Amino acid sequence: MATLTYLQAISAALRDELRDDERVLMMGEDIGVFGGAFKVTDGFIEEFGADRVMDTPLAESAIIGTAIGAAVVGMRPVCEMQFSDFIACGFDQLVNVAGKMHYRQGLAVPITVRLPSGGGFSGGPFHSQNPEAWFMHSPGIKVVAPATAEDAKGLLHAAIRDPNPVCFMEHKHLYRRIKGEVPDGIHETPMTARIAREGSDLVVIAYGAMVHVALEATEDLDGASVEVLDLRSLVPLDTEAILASVAKCSKVVILDEANATCAAGAQVAALIAEHAFEDLDGPVTRVSTPDVPIPFSPPLEQAVLPGVERVKEACRELLAY
Amino acid sequence: MATQTAQQAQAGSHLLPEDRAALLRAMLLMRGLEERAMSLYRQGKVPGSFYDGYGQEAVSAGAAFAMAPADRLCVLHRDLAAHVIRGVPPARILAQYLGRATGVTRGRDGNVHFGDRHLGCVGMVSMLPDMMLVATGMAMAFKLRGERRCAITWFGDGSTSRGDFHEAMNWAGVQKLPVVFVLENNQYAYSTPLDKQFAVDPGERAAAYGFSGVTVDGNDAEAMFEATRAARERAISGQGPTLIEAVTMRMHGHAAHDDMKYVPKEQVEEWRKRDPIDRQEARVTGAGGAVEAIRESVRAEIDAAAEEALAAPMPDPAGAAEGVFGVGEAEPLGDGLAPWSGFATGAPEGVS
Repeated sequence: MATLTYLQAISAALRDELRDDERVLMMGEDIGVFGGAFKVTDGFIEEFGADRVMDTPLAESAIIGTAIGAAVVGMRPVCEMQFSDFIACGFDQLVNVAGKMHYRQGLAVPITVRLPSGGGFSGGPFHSQNPEAWFMHSPGIKVVAPATAEDAKGLLHAAIRDPNPVCFMEHKHLYRRIKGEVPDGIHETPMTARIAREGSDLVVIAYGAMVHVALEATEDLDGASVEVLDLRSLVPLDTEAILASVAKCSKVVILDEANATCAAGAQVAALIAEHAFEDLDGPVTRVSTPDVPIPFSPPLEQAVLPGVERVKEACRELLAY
Repeated sequence: MATQTAQQAQAGSHLLPEDRAALLRAMLLMRGLEERAMSLYRQGKVPGSFYDGYGQEAVSAGAAFAMAPADRLCVLHRDLAAHVIRGVPPARILAQYLGRATGVTRGRDGNVHFGDRHLGCVGMVSMLPDMMLVATGMAMAFKLRGERRCAITWFGDGSTSRGDFHEAMNWAGVQKLPVVFVLENNQYAYSTPLDKQFAVDPGERAAAYGFSGVTVDGNDAEAMFEATRAARERAISGQGPTLIEAVTMRMHGHAAHDDMKYVPKEQVEEWRKRDPIDRQEARVTGAGGAVEAIRESVRAEIDAAAEEALAAPMPDPAGAAEGVFGVGEAEPLGDGLAPWSGFATGAPEGVS
């Protein structure tokens, strides 16, 4: 066991995989000599060489496309998008080539795409997005979004060892803010949900950075017993765990940082409406970002991103229902 | 970096008489299978639309014939001969068009959107030229692992306008990768002629990315073979990529519904005189080969294939949602057939 930050846990997973499996290679912009925009691969090039920690041209479609080609001839590429927003430029390769490959041709595409995502520090409209729902809507792509250091490492191992394309949503706001005990060696975290805190009056369902917002907002909420369910994986989505929490608590707040329409939270709400209508003692409540680009200036950004106060308010309202 | 003409390509110099016959046979199978599929389409038995490569058979036949078993191919929709050469049985090809359970994609994708992963091929997607990047990535893996293998991909004149063309050409040039890019210049991208597609001849673009470019008569199977063989040699000996511009003509519409009213009739008639099969038949006949016997055996093979494909079951609708994700260890592409005598007779370069 070691105490690692969320970022150190990601680095440790990558380093372990590079040491363990010669098929694994890193590809991305400025990840080699510079060590990555967020220093996730700092020092890697010295240990593993420029071939396996590859500084690529500034070409996201090419990063994903060439990773697909390398994967189908036996490699295990891990692509870094410098910011998750830039996956828009590689969207076609990921969705049309990688995502549909196994269904069409029975050919597995074991690539991992790391997507540093999320807002909260004036990144503006092009460095703050949470694009996970784009890929939830595209068949053939798994999507995971860890909230803790332990899960960041374990889910990254699981992603790299998965025979499918996996989007690994790593929240930038957690990189250096979150620390935790992380087991040594390679331990895969299953792509299932986890109860972050047990409770019985209401459940807040969240993932990624919002798990911490949910925990903080409900730590002492007028004595209510609030459960927090950390989804960890969006594809596959742990329907069983979601429905179990709803059956137990009967009141649900769904929290996500992405824009509201067709977000992961919208899918969770639809699942509950379809399968747990009889278990509910109040309306399914959502807290998310309105459908606007993420603004730059701090008061504007704070006005749109879900925060502790908004979550408290939503929970109180639902508890009183 | 100099552009080379077809005449300089020394057509035929590495081919034995049986190779010449094999090239003819692959082209005849492509044309015959596509004609049969078109007829089945008109009978309402082929769902969706139908796309063919009539008149372009030499481009895929000649280039694929230069590929070794361990090489990897990303094949375009007018390049059926590449699949024939790698070893996809004709009945599976027709079953593919018919949407049957025994087709290469088991009914999950249509027409020439297929690649047999067991034969080293990846099927194309409709977004062109996405597969240029996939082939570039294969070549990147070969280079990283120090393997003497290459990747090849085909794409059209329209593809040169999209960003993935630039990204692949640039990446392959920067990393000096063992990849062969075959630009199938068939004069039209759907209805759009070349002068609305680019301002600079695409054959000249290779130099801009730092590697060799060659313009070849795309209706000459042996010239295509020679240019590709040379490109492959360069690739596996560490000299980097090659762009081969294969100049040809799309003799049919973009798809079965397209009447090609935008193409001058004289242009089609002019190209008909350069039919790649006629030219290869003349070569085989000149070398004493029995062209009629080859034609007869191809006809019989297609008849048998059609019978088998038409008798094959449709896919079970109960399985329509299955297989989206892979399970267990990912299995990489397997090796394909490589019928060129050069691979069988003491030239095992790249043969696994």
